[in-house]
Amino acid sequence: MSEFNGEIRKMMIILSKATLENVYAAFVLANGARMEGIEAEIFFTFFGLEAIHTERLEHLHTSTVGNPAMHIPTLLGGLPGMEALATSMMKKEMEKIDMPDVHEFLEILKASGVKLWACKLAMDMFHFKKEDMYEDLDGIITVGDFYGKGTGLGTHMLFV
Amino acid sequence: MDKNIAGKTISVNEEGFMTDFNQWDKEIGAALAKEADIDLSPRHLEVINYLQSEYKNESPLSIRKIGKSGVVDIKEFYQLFPTAPLKTSSKIAGIPKPASCI
Repeated sequence: MSEFNGEIRKMMIILSKATLENVYAAFVLANGARMEGIEAEIFFTFFGLEAIHTERLEHLHTSTVGNPAMHIPTLLGGLPGMEALATSMMKKEMEKIDMPDVHEFLEILKASGVKLWACKLAMDMFHFKKEDMYEDLDGIITVGDFYGKGTGLGTHMLFV
Repeated sequence: MDKNIAGKTISVNEEGFMTDFNQWDKEIGAALAKEADIDLSPRHLEVINYLQSEYKNESPLSIRKIGKSGVVDIKEFYQLFPTAPLKTSSKIAGIPKPASCI
């Protein structure tokens, strides 16, 4: 804890999931860092890529199965329409607390100076092209590149 | 606690935010800005005025709201107040620290 008395200088956030609650967690953490004067970068990998896929980012869902905090029995959570229902309820609550939608949130992050990186390996695996993705990405990079950007004292990495 | 600045005495909390907005004037604002390494320009003051009017209307501030204010966009807001813009600008404006996560 001796470096800058443990002060956080930079948050390197890895987003690997595309459920709404995970995407928002990563976005709020990155934006919150910038609001405190802390640098922030997000590495979108595997399903996290959906959050920067232009068409898919409009249709992210929350998960109703395997999530005890939803308080829905797993069998019911798997019924058709349940995810859509839970998602629309969640979106309504988010609007009430002034939470932007995914696309607007990406714009806020970019304007705030957050760097957005897509994982090359996952892009290849899902057959995504640069043109499919959010236009203001900072680039498509390897995991090694991402580690390279995380050098320096006071850098913290977070896997979502 | 009391703090002497620009030849006047103001009340601030432990984080340096003013606790009595009525004590604020432009000289105090400029001096608070200097403490944050910011030279107040007319553009800064437009933003400060907006923050103060929102505070007077008891309307909570957030980064998203700043972006929709029509006064300044988020990118410029970060250029004007590079480090922790919402906190820094609120401190200079003499209003409480916004309790916002967005």
